[in-house]
Amino acid sequence: MFRPRRDTGAALAGIWLALILGFLYLPIAVMVVMAFNESVLYELPFKPTTVWFERLAENERLLRASANSVGLALANTVIATALGTMAALAFARYTFRGKTLLRLLLFPPITIPWLIIGTAMLVMFFWIGIGRGLHAMLLGHVALSLPYVVVVVGARLASFGPSLEEAAATLGANPWQTFRRVTLPVLAPGVVAAALFAFAVSFDQFVISYFLAPPGVSTLPVEIYSAIRKGFTPEVNAISSIIIIISMGVVLLFARLYRFGGAPADGGGR
Amino acid sequence: MLRARRRTWAVLGLTGPAYLWLAVAIFLPLSAMLYFSFLTVAPFGGREATATLKHYQAFLDRDFYQVLTWRSLQLGLHVTFWCIVIGYPAALALARHVPGRWREALLLMVVLPFWSNALVRVFSWTMVLREGGLLDSAVRVIVPGMESLDLLFTYDAIVIGLVHSFLPYMILTCYVSLQAIDGALIEAARTLGASGWVIFRRIILPLSVPGLFAGVILTFVPVIGSFMEARILGGRAGTLLGTVIEDQFTVVFNWPRGAALSFILLAIVLLILAVAWPGLRRHLPQG
Repeated sequence: MFRPRRDTGAALAGIWLALILGFLYLPIAVMVVMAFNESVLYELPFKPTTVWFERLAENERLLRASANSVGLALANTVIATALGTMAALAFARYTFRGKTLLRLLLFPPITIPWLIIGTAMLVMFFWIGIGRGLHAMLLGHVALSLPYVVVVVGARLASFGPSLEEAAATLGANPWQTFRRVTLPVLAPGVVAAALFAFAVSFDQFVISYFLAPPGVSTLPVEIYSAIRKGFTPEVNAISSIIIIISMGVVLLFARLYRFGGAPADGGGR
Repeated sequence: MLRARRRTWAVLGLTGPAYLWLAVAIFLPLSAMLYFSFLTVAPFGGREATATLKHYQAFLDRDFYQVLTWRSLQLGLHVTFWCIVIGYPAALALARHVPGRWREALLLMVVLPFWSNALVRVFSWTMVLREGGLLDSAVRVIVPGMESLDLLFTYDAIVIGLVHSFLPYMILTCYVSLQAIDGALIEAARTLGASGWVIFRRIILPLSVPGLFAGVILTFVPVIGSFMEARILGGRAGTLLGTVIEDQFTVVFNWPRGAALSFILLAIVLLILAVAWPGLRRHLPQG
C-alpha cells in the first residue's frame, strides 16, 4: 500500500536536491568557464583561451596579495591551533570557577557580525598605536579562529576520558611524557581538523582584513574586492577558480580521510 | 594545598594566552568602540573630543538611518524565508528519502561550496545575473523576443546572492535535527493510521524546530550585518545599514558616527539572540 507513495516521495526528493545542487554550483561553474573565455566582457560564444591565467602570472599585485594571504593563514593556523588546544585541554581536564563564563566568552567572536568586530578592531588598533597591516590582521584572524579550535579540539577530547592519561601517570610517566606520548597522539585528528578550520577561517576572511588593510598592503580577498569594484576582469575569474578548486580539493581530501560531515552510513534516522 | 595551587597555575597557563588574545582583539576593541560612539570627533591628530549623544540622536532624528535599518531587517527576513523554503525540504529529503551512502555524498556536496571563498561566490553571481549573462540568455532562448532581463544591481540580486551563501547552513542545521528523529516514532504513527501530512505536522516538524531555529539565527544575524554582498550585487540599490557603516569608516571618516551605528546594529543582534537564547540553548551541545 505504501510502496507507490514512498517512490514518488523519493523521486520528488531527488528532483528537489538536484535543483538545489544546480543552484549552488551553477554560478561557480559559470565563473570557472569564463576564466577560460577569450572575451573581456564575458561575452559568448565561448572561445577557449588560457590568456587570463598567463596575465595572472604577471600580475604583481595579485601575486603579492596571494603570498600575504597564505603567509597570514599559516601564521594564524599555528598560533590559533596552539592557544586553542591549550584552552580546550584546560576545559576538558580541570574543573574550576568561571569555566562557564569562559565558555560563553567564545560566542561573541562567532555570533557578532564581522562588520562590527572589524570596525571595532580598526578603532582600537588605530587608537592605541598598533595601527593597520598584516600584524593587525593576524591579531584579528587568530581571535576569530580561536573559538572554532576550542570547539573542534574539545569535541575530540570529550570522546576519550582522562583514564588513558591516568594509566600513564600510574605507570610512572611524568606529565610531559604523558602529554607527548598519550594525549597528543590520541588528540592528533582533532588538532589537524582544527588547524584546517583555522586556515580556512583566515584564508577566506575578507571583512576583518578589509578594515585592517592599509593602502598598498592587501590579502587576496581584499584585492579581489577592489578589483570587482573597479570593474570586472577575467583575471579575477582565473584567481577565483584557482582558489575554489584548491579549497574544495582540500576539503574533499579531508572528507575521505576523516569522514566528517555526516553520520556513519548505517546510523541515524531513515 | 600544593596540588590545588599547581592546578590553578595549570588552568591559568592553559587558558590565559587564548583569553588574553580574545581580550585584546575582541573585547577591548568593542569597549573602545562604545567609548568612541559618545565622542564628538575621533581623538586623533590633536583634535579635542568631548562627550556627546549626538550620534545616537542622529539615528533618531534622521529617517534615512531608520529606513536603512528597516531595509536591513527586511533583507534578513527575506533571505531567511527563502533559505527555509528551499533548505528545509532539502534537509527533509536528505534525511528521509535518500539512502545512506548517497546521503553522505550529497551532504558533502551541499556543504562544499560553503568552504570556498564567500566573496568569490558572490562575484560568480554577477556573471549569471547581468544583462547578457547566463540567466538572461537562457530566458531569451526559452521565450524569444522577450525584453532583456538584467537582475544585476537590484534588490533581488542581493537576496539571490545571500540565499546562495547561507543555504548550506540552513540545510545542515535542519538535517542534523531531522536525521536524529527516531524512525520507530514515524512507523508507530503510520501503524496507528496517521496520514503523511499528520505525521509531518505532529511529529517531524515539532522535533526539527531546534535545527530550524539554529539555521534561522545563523542566517538572519550575519545577513543584517552584511555589506559586501550588497555592494557587489546591489550597486546603487544596495544601500543598507551595513554599507552606511562601512562608508563612515572608509569614505566619510566619521568614526564616532560609524561606531554609534555599529552599536545600534549590535544592540539589534543582541536583542535577537536574547529572545532566541532559550530555544538556542536546548540545541547546543552540552559540556
